[in-house]
Amino acid sequence: MRILAALKQVPDTSEVRIDPERGTLIRDGVPSIMNPFDAYALEEGLRWRDALGGEVIAITMGPPQAEAILREAISMGADSAILLSDRSFAGADTWATSHTLAAAVRKIGGIDLVLTGKQAIDGDTAQTGPGIAASLDWPQLTFVGKVREIADSVIVAERDVEGGVEIVECPLPAVISILKDANSPRMPSLRGKMKARSAVITCWGRADLGLTEEETGLDGSPTRVVRIATPEARSGGAVHTGTADEMAVVLADLLLGKEAGR
Amino acid sequence: MTARIEIRPEVCTGCGVCVSACPFGAISLVDGIATVSDACTLCGACEASCPFSAIIIRRDKEKADDLGSWSGILVYAEQREGKVDHSALELLGAARSLSEAEGGAVSAALFTDDGSEACRQLVEHGADRVFLAESPALHHYSTEPSTRLLLAAVRRARPSVVLAAATTTGRDLMPRVAKVLCTGLTADCTGLEYDPVKNLLLQTRPAFGGNIMATIVCERTRPQMATVRPRVMKALAPDPSRRGEIIDLRPSPADLESRARLREFIPLEEGAADIAEAQVIVSGGRGLKSGENFRMLDELASLLGGSVGASRAAVDSGWMPYPHQVGQTGKTVQPKIYLACGISGAVQHRVGMQSSDRIYAVNRDPTAPIFGFCDEGFVADLFELLPALAREIRRRRG
Repeated sequence: MRILAALKQVPDTSEVRIDPERGTLIRDGVPSIMNPFDAYALEEGLRWRDALGGEVIAITMGPPQAEAILREAISMGADSAILLSDRSFAGADTWATSHTLAAAVRKIGGIDLVLTGKQAIDGDTAQTGPGIAASLDWPQLTFVGKVREIADSVIVAERDVEGGVEIVECPLPAVISILKDANSPRMPSLRGKMKARSAVITCWGRADLGLTEEETGLDGSPTRVVRIATPEARSGGAVHTGTADEMAVVLADLLLGKEAGR
Repeated sequence: MTARIEIRPEVCTGCGVCVSACPFGAISLVDGIATVSDACTLCGACEASCPFSAIIIRRDKEKADDLGSWSGILVYAEQREGKVDHSALELLGAARSLSEAEGGAVSAALFTDDGSEACRQLVEHGADRVFLAESPALHHYSTEPSTRLLLAAVRRARPSVVLAAATTTGRDLMPRVAKVLCTGLTADCTGLEYDPVKNLLLQTRPAFGGNIMATIVCERTRPQMATVRPRVMKALAPDPSRRGEIIDLRPSPADLESRARLREFIPLEEGAADIAEAQVIVSGGRGLKSGENFRMLDELASLLGGSVGASRAAVDSGWMPYPHQVGQTGKTVQPKIYLACGISGAVQHRVGMQSSDRIYAVNRDPTAPIFGFCDEGFVADLFELLPALAREIRRRRG
């Protein structure tokens, strides 16, 4: 099995604060982390490699500092890592990002399975996985809560969809997007950390992938952000205290409406 | 020539507005002049913020394409078990109001095993045309046939806008179609407007876990595609006098081929309604102390006709299964009422439920962050208040 785990470095959005006067994001000291959903994708890849043999390659597209999450991936057990970094990749939307990642999948060659997290916590789009699959004309299974089986180049997985769970089988190669439910990501081992420190990370730019400027980065992105605003902040309302019975009456009023048989 | 950002040093006053406007922390002041680091993604937030137009993002000249020949709005109408999903009716409502500014027809695309009743419903809710593909193979959604058929509908209709619900189905299908069409797709929109002068769909969506709202356009390519969060747009009242045209897409066997194969569909058990669809959610956190105690929430939820949610802490402790988790790494919900019990209200939870119409909170700790953003808070021991509440609700209902 040759497994590619596609990862993204994101700002830790739980650390993002709003400047109440300017209504803008305060990013000072906000750490960059591996997208939490991607850790489940990576873990899933590591488990199936451990079970079936083969290798896990971690890949990300981003600025040079995104290398940090690739070293983290190696410390968790990834066999190697590739950084896609080029000035002309900047400003990529999900179309250009999936296009660039798909070009890397072709260049690596022999990939059986591309794993992504369900979505990234900064953009929340969930579009890059299907975009990679479409670029490669591979089948895709999105919103996978559990990979049941991989055997004879067929994957069987559970998709969590509205109203139930689909059990779907699909031939490899394929692109799978993984939910948090699938597993618990392992902690880096001491050996992994040492390996990560000295690992040589392959870096590919636009020319290495044979892409033009028109299909990468801002130029390759059909969408453009024209305005960023902060949503109206919710402010706290009344806070009630008293006995449980008193408060139960108030809360029942709110839940049922006052007219409801008081 | 690739796109790039330029600072005009002769105009920049070093006021620093762009430094805080940048969502990526990529701008700093060096010798009183804004300076951009490698972290820049050319998102344009600084360009819009600069009071002195000192920041310019140079983009390539747009191709003079035949964008004007694309017209109208196409809605992908999701169905389950042959029934049109409510989200499709909401999208038709949104499409009708957008079409007043856009000027074209409103179409729906429906892929199902039996579409006669569903087509009538789509027309009554605002569709001028329905592109219909009927086959037993289309009973249950699958990616590849739906991708081919939606592409076929787009090629027939040449719409300016394509909308689908931001459900797992819409979010599985639309990125695939957009990639093939080489056009833009905006995820999970909560606001749509049409600018008739620029002929652009203004697509507004939350990003950074709901901390900011971004408005996104697709200027150079058509169609302009968006997935739209369910229950945000309003469906029109059905009008039985409306007439519409049904266009048969006549799917070929090749259109219906799929490499992925559905082995089985396991519906959610009775009563375990999907929290993403619930109108009332009673949610529990660390304060519940055990999985056993979630029975109190089950009882309240069934009294209120709602579903039970849980914080990450409760799910990680094994008290509730993951499909019930609300928050950043769980589900985003927007019920009419969200009752948070024993949940402190950390930002990771907040981003998953802050779009609820009304938020009520029960917590023993008066300093819990949730009291800072709920509509009504109750400082109480939930083990006393929740049983009292259940009694009170039963008493009122006799």
